[in-house]
Amino acid sequence: MSLIHKTFPKFKVVVDREKCKKCTRCVNGCTFGVLSFNGERIIADNEKCVDCQRCAVYCPAEAITIENYPIVYSPHGTYTERIRKIDWFQSSTGGVLLASTGTDLPYPVIFDDIVLDACQVTNPSIDPLREPVETKVFLGSKPAKLDFDVDPDDENNITMRTRYPPNFEMSMPLMIGHMSLGSISFNACMSIYKAVSELGIVAGSGEGGLNEAFYPYKNHLITEIASGRFGVDLNYLQGVAGLEIKIGQGAKPGHGGHLPGEKVTQLISETRMIPKFSDALSPYPHHDIYSIEDLQQLISALKEATRYKIPIGVKIAAVHNVAPIASGIVRAGADFITIDGFRGGTGSAPRIIRDHVGIPIEVAIASVDERLRSEGIREKVTLIAGGSIRYSADLIKAIALGADICMVAMPVLLAMGCRFCQQCHTGNCSWGIATQRPDLVKRLDVDISVQRIKNLFHAWNEELKEIMGAMGIDSVESLRSNRDRLRYLGPNPHIADVLGIKHVGE
Amino acid sequence: MQKLLDNIIINEAENSVEIDAAPDRIPLKYKIVNEEIHRAIDEGYKTIILTNVAGQRFIGAALGGSDIEIKIHGTPGNDLGIFMDGPTIEVFGNCEDQCGNTMNGGKIIIHGAARDVAGLSARGGTIFARGDCGYRCGVHMKQYQNKRPVLVFGGRVRQFFGEYMAGGVLIALGLDIKEDGSFTKIENFPIAGSSIGTGIHGGKIFFARACNEIPEENLGIGAKVSDLDEADHQELDAVLDDFCAAFSINASEIKNMPFCKVTAVSKRPFAHNYCSKML
Repeated sequence: MSLIHKTFPKFKVVVDREKCKKCTRCVNGCTFGVLSFNGERIIADNEKCVDCQRCAVYCPAEAITIENYPIVYSPHGTYTERIRKIDWFQSSTGGVLLASTGTDLPYPVIFDDIVLDACQVTNPSIDPLREPVETKVFLGSKPAKLDFDVDPDDENNITMRTRYPPNFEMSMPLMIGHMSLGSISFNACMSIYKAVSELGIVAGSGEGGLNEAFYPYKNHLITEIASGRFGVDLNYLQGVAGLEIKIGQGAKPGHGGHLPGEKVTQLISETRMIPKFSDALSPYPHHDIYSIEDLQQLISALKEATRYKIPIGVKIAAVHNVAPIASGIVRAGADFITIDGFRGGTGSAPRIIRDHVGIPIEVAIASVDERLRSEGIREKVTLIAGGSIRYSADLIKAIALGADICMVAMPVLLAMGCRFCQQCHTGNCSWGIATQRPDLVKRLDVDISVQRIKNLFHAWNEELKEIMGAMGIDSVESLRSNRDRLRYLGPNPHIADVLGIKHVGE
Repeated sequence: MQKLLDNIIINEAENSVEIDAAPDRIPLKYKIVNEEIHRAIDEGYKTIILTNVAGQRFIGAALGGSDIEIKIHGTPGNDLGIFMDGPTIEVFGNCEDQCGNTMNGGKIIIHGAARDVAGLSARGGTIFARGDCGYRCGVHMKQYQNKRPVLVFGGRVRQFFGEYMAGGVLIALGLDIKEDGSFTKIENFPIAGSSIGTGIHGGKIFFARACNEIPEENLGIGAKVSDLDEADHQELDAVLDDFCAAFSINASEIKNMPFCKVTAVSKRPFAHNYCSKML
């Protein structure tokens, strides 16, 4: 008697025998062990197919299609196909289910319920192609006021007394989110770091250390101090664009990390500075941070360690009490706060946390912005929002809700060729993005990826300018928290109240 | 070195700078003390003596240079030697929390007790304390290539000693060691609190006690206690020689005590907890 009950595959690979030239390119391309060639024809083990589309894209004869497996699950609104599969599978394994990317559950996206304003008659719009529309932003704390000294002997000799806090100049209000070497491949990291250096923005290092090969780009990187403190040494702390204490991640608030030993290859071992094939466990909390006062201590330690030359930030997941927590973080001395919404992605997290814990970024950013404003401390921090910023519309709406900068990750992976099969945690990425297998990593062309990422961000920035021009706004700093330019057009007007925006027609 | 404050005594012959951290008995802010240390090092001084230290934090933070020596008289504050990579810090007094936090290299010698979370996430370097330590010391220590952190406490240690431990060496002797190096065994209290090495998946913890003196219920998840083998003895003896030299203790007497070790049951304690499936 077997513990494993027979279930059916999710997808079905269909090979058109007429068109197939039996070149076996699909077999070599498949990294999930689905396809094989038996001497006569290509055969598919459908159970293993994840719909990464590598075979279909690279079939020179266009002979491959991938379909939903033709089995009907007796319809039931409560015990859906998904729920049934979870219960069946966990009965077989007894394990905690892992998943990657952001949640696949169809939660409503509040961004899609918000519409933007434009100028008509009473104030002029701006043509962004022919007039200056500024999207430059500065990452770091801003002083509430500036004090000057006037030379008593020469009133034209004025010097600024205020010590301006360290700020990092960015060409557009966008950064690439934290994805460590380990969660993504060497070539993917290299593409991201080169792209941000050329774009004049920043990327996050993730919590897995920084490989020596990336040192030339580190002045455009925010390195991350997480509970595991992997790869944290003087090179990692000094000479970077910023330092971030990672408390939480949108996809897994309150959870630690677990990089299984089999993924700790030579490259990962060098970068995280742990022995090969040993498990890399990140404790759930930082064991030196149990309170806001403790957080203040680590922020101060990092400022001491970098001699007050770079901004120090804190990343938290968007959870129920995010606003007072953010207020505490500002008071603890952070120069920037990164808030990661619950639809944010991951290279690997327990599905139960990814799918059910946290709140949407739209609400988090609005409530944090409102709270910091009401306490008069908003300008002390740069607010970075991430967790499902999918395209430029989300960027624009997030800024108008109160974010200074948006953090983007999944669209960057899409730019590099990701097909969103959501199997990053398996390490088998057939596109060379979320894998450590050298034969797969080299499938990702760095130069092409750099250009595609740059194209994407350029397009978003241009669209941001188009919208700002239409609104008659010439600086993105004037769009920030400008909620009067938003209206709510969704099913639940109470959300509009929470966001601090008016309903359409009001 | 230009004296910004008149609390500095410069000894050019010894290449040292002495800084009074509490001139007129008013403790200076940590920023000022640490900036003075940076200035002295930037100007080439190798020995820095701090007197009247009263809780100033982050002393030695992210300092490099194995030829740098910092001597502290008083009680340094939290995060002594955080991110440090090379220098030697000697404390004539007790330490507060988290000394040697995320240390990469160097030495902290404490002529007194260390408090909670000493050696948190250390990847290298040495901490020797003559006295006790607090809770969660050596949590998540790791090791890499020739980097192997070593923490030795002469006294007893509290709960969660070596939690999440991934590498390095932790030693507790359970002794009451006097300033002159004489010592007696602490009999009335256990050498360690509960949850020893909980989540341990690498490294070694040594106690100067026989196996049967470490109660089973005090071991954490994934930890086991056993006798030492020959390689363990060699490793331990070398560390004990250094420790005893630092505090003028007769090393052979300590080395002759019974020792046991706590190590991981498995290098992959949670390997079978997870699974994945196309839904």
